[in-house]
Amino acid sequence: MAVIAEPVAKPVSRLNFLLDRRDVFEAILVAPAVIYVLLLVGLPLLLAIYYSLSAYTIYDPTWKFVGLSNFIDVVENPTFPQTLANTFIFTFGSQLLGLVIGKFGAFLLLRPFPGRKIVRALIVLPFVIPVALATIAWRWLFDSLYSVFNWTLIALHIMDRADVPNWLGTPWLAMLCVVIINAWRFFPFAIVIFLAGLTSVPQDVIDAATVDGAGFWRRNYQIILPMILPIVAIGLIFGIVFTFTDLSIVFLLTMGGPVNATSVLGFAGFQTGIISGDVSHGAAISLFMLPVLLVVVVFMLRFIRRREI
Amino acid sequence: MPRTLRKILGETSFFVGVAFFTILAAFPFYWMLITAFKQNSDLYNVTNNPFFFNEWPTLEHIKYLFRETLFARWLWNSLVIGVCVTAITIVTAVPAGYALARMKSKKGEALGIAVFLTYLVPPTLLFLPLSRIVAVLGLQNSMWSLVLVYPTFTIPFCAWLLMGFFKALPAEIEEAAIVDGCSLFGAFIKMAIPLSVPAILTVVIFTFTLTLQEFVYALTFVSSSDQKPITLGVTTDLVRGDVFFWGELMAGALIAAVPVAIAYNLFLDRFITGITGGAVKG
Repeated sequence: MAVIAEPVAKPVSRLNFLLDRRDVFEAILVAPAVIYVLLLVGLPLLLAIYYSLSAYTIYDPTWKFVGLSNFIDVVENPTFPQTLANTFIFTFGSQLLGLVIGKFGAFLLLRPFPGRKIVRALIVLPFVIPVALATIAWRWLFDSLYSVFNWTLIALHIMDRADVPNWLGTPWLAMLCVVIINAWRFFPFAIVIFLAGLTSVPQDVIDAATVDGAGFWRRNYQIILPMILPIVAIGLIFGIVFTFTDLSIVFLLTMGGPVNATSVLGFAGFQTGIISGDVSHGAAISLFMLPVLLVVVVFMLRFIRRREI
Repeated sequence: MPRTLRKILGETSFFVGVAFFTILAAFPFYWMLITAFKQNSDLYNVTNNPFFFNEWPTLEHIKYLFRETLFARWLWNSLVIGVCVTAITIVTAVPAGYALARMKSKKGEALGIAVFLTYLVPPTLLFLPLSRIVAVLGLQNSMWSLVLVYPTFTIPFCAWLLMGFFKALPAEIEEAAIVDGCSLFGAFIKMAIPLSVPAILTVVIFTFTLTLQEFVYALTFVSSSDQKPITLGVTTDLVRGDVFFWGELMAGALIAAVPVAIAYNLFLDRFITGITGGAVKG
């Protein structure tokens, strides 16, 4: 009898052994990527937090702990509220503008027409080329002397050469330019996101709604919009993260000027931490981005979880 | 009759709309193109109509780029950086994406999401500590610092993309190979990888374009002209003192932008699926 009982236990332990091995195998495959990311994203993130609490500069690399005094210095800096406000205007202004333009663009590109592929390739250009290079082109477009916009204004006799706008030299115009360039950069992304969402809505749902008497607006806002909301939200989250933390447009277009009018958090952190070498204050400025990023991450996780259900 | 009229009106406004969007998006590129080939005397004459060539086009600016500046060197640097970063990314992200896709536990899924979220950690938060790490490693002012740092965003993004791909690949294929006596590793190398060549190629193109697009880390870590990648070199080195040489600048930007624009355009749909992948399925 004991002889019969024995072979039953054996396959179980072998199966367990196999499962263990699969675990080990998967861990080994994941390890290089995880270690790389932990060492060069996780560790620096902790370092950034530590720098912001210390008196570290590149001239005096001390680890002395100074508590929250760096943050207090940053907040008390008279230009900081403007930098913070600029960051929000830059982010939400350009994303809103980009979304609105993108929605209309998607609406047009949804319909097949001859040459749609070429038109699409041209329309996505702002999103696909390196932002630094596009910004340089815009800087030329907004040049104080040779701006093509000013030339057109003069040629159409709307304005005189004496009073054409100095796009990047006037504080509010410079801010407007920065917002417009970023909206220009992101609207193709919004178009593509809207298109991806719209094509994922099954035609029979729309047909059913039409049969039930839903008109154009009702179909748009009560059927289609809720269905594409998750995908639009993810696109928007991306746009917000990459805009809120951006410095290249401001760096290449205005250098934060005129008189701090276009300075944003990323740029201010760069100015203080890298150019001036005041690492601890620079880190403190950069860390002001963290709360917004955390909110975004929470939203992201909610949307990812929703998919699993 | 009014019906045909209405249709014609509708069509016309539709194409006007399409034209408006195309011009809005592509005008700066037209501007790059026309500036890159204009003679200086044409460019800097405010009475000329700037929309067209008023004098004969010239290759002067492009010649200047290659003869008098480090433009060729920057192209080479970008190529070296791109190739190295792509190699590092493929070697780490392909196995990671595969393992994340095959992990059955909740832990595996959490790990996948965690890896993806690191893609959202911005360079402007990390550049200060990373610049210290780069300095400690003796890589400051060298393009090799970028080879070290760029995988921090290419690995998470590519691992996530590949995870989605491997999930769509039926596990039965590898299981059959294992039943036939293949080891787990053998099944991965001999079955999964050959079947995922298209996905890996996509990842190669992406990694390359992501490295070409990057600006913040390059600006932070590299200041010697001969170590700069193309995007940084064009945007920071072609300005002498306060004087902008727009012909050269636009020619350089154009040459650097065109390959990226073409590659990205071809793979844009995969990029969008990659970042929204989760949301469309539901």
